[in-house]
Amino acid sequence: MKQYLLSIYQPDGDPPPPEILDPIMQGLATLNDEMRASGTWVFHAGLHPGSTATVVRAGGLLTDGPFTEGKEHLGGFTVINAEDLDEALTWAGRMADIVAPLPIEVRPLA
Amino acid sequence: MVDRRGVEGVFRREYGRAVAVLIRYFGDIDLAEEAVQEAFAAALVDWAAHGVPPSPAGWIITAARNRAVDRVRREAVRGGKEAEAVRLMDTSPRADELRLIFICCHPALGLPARVALTLRLLGGLGTAEIARAFLVPESTMAQRLVRAKGKIRDAGIPYRIPRDEELPDRLPGVLAVLYLIFNEGYAASGGDTLTRDDLAAEAIRLARRLVALMPDEPEARGLLALMLLIHARRPARVGADGRLIRLADQDRGRWNAGLVSEGRELVRQCLRRGRPGPYQIQAAINAVHSDAETDWRQILSLYDQLTVHAGGSVVALHRAVAVAEVHGPAVALEIVDGLDGLDGHYMRDAVRADLLRRLGRRREAAEAYREARELTSNAAEKRFLAESLESVTGPPEVAEGSTGPPEVADGSAGPPGVAEGSAAPPEVADGGRASQ
Repeated sequence: MKQYLLSIYQPDGDPPPPEILDPIMQGLATLNDEMRASGTWVFHAGLHPGSTATVVRAGGLLTDGPFTEGKEHLGGFTVINAEDLDEALTWAGRMADIVAPLPIEVRPLA
Repeated sequence: MVDRRGVEGVFRREYGRAVAVLIRYFGDIDLAEEAVQEAFAAALVDWAAHGVPPSPAGWIITAARNRAVDRVRREAVRGGKEAEAVRLMDTSPRADELRLIFICCHPALGLPARVALTLRLLGGLGTAEIARAFLVPESTMAQRLVRAKGKIRDAGIPYRIPRDEELPDRLPGVLAVLYLIFNEGYAASGGDTLTRDDLAAEAIRLARRLVALMPDEPEARGLLALMLLIHARRPARVGADGRLIRLADQDRGRWNAGLVSEGRELVRQCLRRGRPGPYQIQAAINAVHSDAETDWRQILSLYDQLTVHAGGSVVALHRAVAVAEVHGPAVALEIVDGLDGLDGHYMRDAVRADLLRRLGRRREAAEAYREARELTSNAAEKRFLAESLESVTGPPEVAEGSTGPPEVADGSAGPPGVAEGSAAPPEVADGGRASQ
């Protein structure tokens, strides 16, 4: 059994209005329940916007904002157990259908 | 008598199968490849001394397995993988080969990586050969292969045959890889001609294997038929002076009659099965083109069918060529001018130019020929277009019908611009979601 990180990347700026966001959050909650029931779920979390991030470098040097430049940043992630990449991609595909048009990046944990 | 070429023949036929079996034993692509290569090197010596064994493939697999076992013992690090690999259920040679095909063509790998892996692991081509065929530096190709194998290992791309319900998504990805390899050989956009002939032949060999392994998949059969019918015309497609000869002007006596009749028979088999798909329909179109008299109405109706299965501008462009034959160039021109998404495709301009010429709109035709000439990098096509251009800019008494877009009218030229790193053949939607 391997583990995979499923990352949701979302555009910076205000979140979508409740009439769009609520069904998405509900869909994700249902998916998480299903992942738990099947022993797939390991951990998940949503993140505050990239603007709240602080980057730390050696010597205590701090910079305000996320490490990567760009208009999209990691908004949340789920770690799952899966037999292989195909199984992980199937779960990710269901997640992508819920958060469309946002993409899901799937990466194996080392 | 055993010589290098005798072993070479066995190598071409058996390399992929041997690698597939070894991957099942050891769960490690690199180990499998190294062991099989060492076994073939040993065969050169051993078979020269003792003659070819009764089962060359069995000899190779046994020798490779022994070598791999030695190495695993020496390194004692791959034990876990071996135990894991042994759990695989189906151990038939057919299953081994199919597993390898589907891992090479997995949609989580980019299309260039899939093509490279397929030629490397199933075709046994060397990295340098593949690099030459795709006109990239050897180091680039080596890196591509290392990266692809690394992803298979680390991301856990499974070594298994897709389940029946997954096949409709996965098989088109495999067919797209084989067709791309074939087109790369067919298009001959530059470089070493011999290598490129080999590519087309290799694609046909792989398609034959796939049909043997999956006899109930009519699209695999359709793809093989399509390749054979196109490949059969190869000797007639280019004149002695390197000039492109369009289908209508080709000397049919130079077509490979054996390939034509095999391709036509496969098309008939597909028709009997009654489960049409884009490759089968394209094969049928090419079968009609191999009739003594071209039935353009039938071709147009096949393009109408193809549009249902695989829409898209490239198919619509080919269809327009058939429309011109059935309903006249004015109707066809209207269709071509309404097509989106073909900017930068020389074939759009070549078709437009030909239609404009037939409508007597010589100045516009000349402009379109010029644009088409700018857009193709193939020397023979450039020359053809330059001559066509002369025919509309030169003295007006040039006979009607003496030129036309090269190969466009036969619907066989394959997708224009199927180049290194491009998407799957546009006529056929790639089943892979994550390609590129």
